[in-house]
Amino acid sequence: MSDTVLAYPGSDPRRLPSMAGTVEHAGPASKRIVTGYGFWIFILSDMVMFSAFFATYAVLLGQTAGGPSGHDLFDLRNVAIETGFLLASSFTCGLASIAADNRTAFWFQIAMAVTCALGLGFLAIEGREFASLVARGAGPTRSAFLSAFFTLVGCHGLHVSAGILWLLTMMAQIFTKGFRADIQRRILCFALFWHALDIIWMELAFGLLIVLLIMGRSLWIMANQNMMPMDQIMQMQQ
Amino acid sequence: MFGKLNWSAIPLDQPIPMITSGVVGLAILGVLAWVVVGGHLPYVWKEWITSVDHKRIGVMYIILAALMLLRGFADAIMMRSQQAIAYHSQGYLPPEHFNQIFSAHGTIMIFFVAMPFMIGLMNLVVPLQLGVRDVAFPTLNSVGFWLTATGALLVNISLVVGEFARTGWLPFPPLSELTYSPGVGVDYYLWSIEISGAGTLVAGINLVTTVLKIRTKGMNYLRMPMFCWTTLATNLLIVAAFPILTATLAMLILDRYLGFHFFTNEGGGNMMMFMNFIWAWGHPEVHILVLPAFGIFSEVVSTFSGKSLFGYRSMVLATMAICIISFMVWLHHFFTMGAGPDVNAIFGIASMIIAVPTGVKIYNWLFTMYAGRVRFETPMLWSVGFMVTFIIGGLTGVLLAVPPADFLLHNSLFLIAHFHNVIIGGVLFGAFAGYTYWFPKAFGFRLHDGLGKAAFWFWLAGFYVAFMPLYVLGFLGMTRRMQHYDVAAWRPWLIVAAGGAVLILIGIAFQIAQLVVSIRRRAELRDFTGDPWDGRSLEWATSSPPPVFNFAIPPEVHGLDPYWQQKLRGKQPELEKHEPHYQDIEMPRNSPTGFVCAFFATVMGFALIWHIWWMVVAGFVGAVATFVVFAWRDHDEYLIPAAEVARIDHANLAERRAVMSQGTA
Repeated sequence: MSDTVLAYPGSDPRRLPSMAGTVEHAGPASKRIVTGYGFWIFILSDMVMFSAFFATYAVLLGQTAGGPSGHDLFDLRNVAIETGFLLASSFTCGLASIAADNRTAFWFQIAMAVTCALGLGFLAIEGREFASLVARGAGPTRSAFLSAFFTLVGCHGLHVSAGILWLLTMMAQIFTKGFRADIQRRILCFALFWHALDIIWMELAFGLLIVLLIMGRSLWIMANQNMMPMDQIMQMQQ
Repeated sequence: MFGKLNWSAIPLDQPIPMITSGVVGLAILGVLAWVVVGGHLPYVWKEWITSVDHKRIGVMYIILAALMLLRGFADAIMMRSQQAIAYHSQGYLPPEHFNQIFSAHGTIMIFFVAMPFMIGLMNLVVPLQLGVRDVAFPTLNSVGFWLTATGALLVNISLVVGEFARTGWLPFPPLSELTYSPGVGVDYYLWSIEISGAGTLVAGINLVTTVLKIRTKGMNYLRMPMFCWTTLATNLLIVAAFPILTATLAMLILDRYLGFHFFTNEGGGNMMMFMNFIWAWGHPEVHILVLPAFGIFSEVVSTFSGKSLFGYRSMVLATMAICIISFMVWLHHFFTMGAGPDVNAIFGIASMIIAVPTGVKIYNWLFTMYAGRVRFETPMLWSVGFMVTFIIGGLTGVLLAVPPADFLLHNSLFLIAHFHNVIIGGVLFGAFAGYTYWFPKAFGFRLHDGLGKAAFWFWLAGFYVAFMPLYVLGFLGMTRRMQHYDVAAWRPWLIVAAGGAVLILIGIAFQIAQLVVSIRRRAELRDFTGDPWDGRSLEWATSSPPPVFNFAIPPEVHGLDPYWQQKLRGKQPELEKHEPHYQDIEMPRNSPTGFVCAFFATVMGFALIWHIWWMVVAGFVGAVATFVVFAWRDHDEYLIPAAEVARIDHANLAERRAVMSQGTA
């Protein structure tokens, strides 16, 4: 039998003196916190997947197999327009979140519709760019470099497409069911997803510095979002 | 219409797969007939298939793992017997069949035995240990399980329809590229692992969120049982490592299906990039497997020594250290790539460093036993057997971490012996310890003791007889995956190893007998107390099996080993004089989402393997539609009224009190 426990009844014998003031854990977090937190974890895993594709791109950058390289192919004007579309859509997505918080269905639908339009515009430009590359004989089967390029950018495009399906589902759900708590949680997750896609695009467009800054900021937000007082604030709000 | 699929895909000329799949098919039909004719279908559907109860899902994971263990072991005994025979002869397994067997053996044992066994135990136990009623995402949990089952199903379909990969358990290019593996074998591998990998990722996200966000009042991080800590570390690794696997296999899929050039010989592809990626997932993966086992041993050793875990904080630190360092050693899987002495030296040193926290753990377990009142129940036997065996496996691992030694032993049977030494001695022994330890919690009766001990001794002896010769064979220069050979010196060792496999077979037979006998004698093995082992953590504070809501009153925690402390102070619920204040409990409703989604995933996976494109679209649309329908549900919870909670709890407490009064009388 453990004599340490007997020797100090009612205390935790392994607690260091400095830990004496530790806050007691308050119990399970609210559903909103749990859902948002879980989705953050998912986004982190998605970031890991993208970083695998980024690493591939970096490794295969020079492997053009005698074919065209990035300098020959990429049109920075297109990239700028696409970036504009996505940034603007992130902004309108933010507006949709505010509308959802205020339970204003009209503005929510407007903001989501604009977000959707911007997302579709982005996809259209990207699709046109892909088509023109393939037409010029610079498709993904041309070289390892182009395989990596199409996969990295295409994976982001697939995410945007999935995001648009999700967006339309959310619009329909608000239309039919209104701002129920579970639907609000889904809107929260959708917004996280959409902004994360924006972040990944920035990495695509501007490279590693941004990656590090954004990842650092994400972790910081994550750490702060889930501190104890926030739990309580969220519970009070409900 | 059916893509590449036609009647020639069924290997009618090969007796082994045909007879095996015939027997398995009959067994499945028999079980189905029994379920349907016996009128059990509503029960199976409502209580198991659509269940979102973490305990039920955990049990289903373990059943899947146990079935797949039989399949994987069948592969193993075929390889051992082939190599025992195939001296100066072709043996009885032709090369293309032998290659499929070793590939399927590795794939199944890692992805469909070790992973589901561990995830099943975590699902079953962690919410109970944390003193809560459920995991973070119950329906997703069910989706994760059924996607894992889909992967297992696809691998086993390959036995009858088509073929499995001949590339080994990791499909290294360029061998796995379309040029050299034109058949559907690699595609079976790729899609089953992609689908089950998605399931594993879901399980990982779910369990990370559960441990970090859903703990009962007072369950501070440094009061969590060790198994919860290792669960956290393991699932963090899953979240961080599995996306790498997804991406890597997706690239190989693109190479094979659309003619991309990631890993090909031509077009600038880089096959060593595959090695780097697959092991950047693969090394964390081995720690994903073994960390939960460390957690199980911590619980078992502490319980059966009657002492709280020695060096709890150092154990937490060691666990998290392993979690991080496991991402920094992947290159030791291919020192022979030629990265140069500097790189190899760094990874060699990192690989030796990771042995340090593991050593810390071994000492902690030993010191937990030291001066304890040790009871050698079956779970404890597995734990002690683990400590001895795992140390040997760890030492040979440190030897392999020395790059010059690795250059000699790389790809030899020494390596095979090493990783079986740690995976069987570590992961599998851990799984069996956990299985015996928590079985009474899951089902309300104990497993038969004598048969369990017999199984342990045969497994332990069988392991040593089967794998120690492989170390010798490695030194004698025998490489892995040989279908036949003509070196006379190898033969005796291979025959001994085959004998070891037979001993393990006897061990497995004892385990099956143990399960059957225990179910038949469940009345006399019944556990009325909910605490059959004199346990320390909260899962023993509730009844066996626990009610669907786990705890009628959420327990409050004031330190480590909360249930032990309750017992020391006579604060168990059954000793409470006052009637507790029961409240209504909200629990998640059952949902067929996971099962239906996995059905469509199976259709889609099969169609992708055989290039049946209309069926791919149908499967995809079905899976998406399932989720939209699920998203449209209006009620996802049901209410258990306080009166019902009180009734269930009173019955449980009465059982416990009855046992207690018997004990004192």
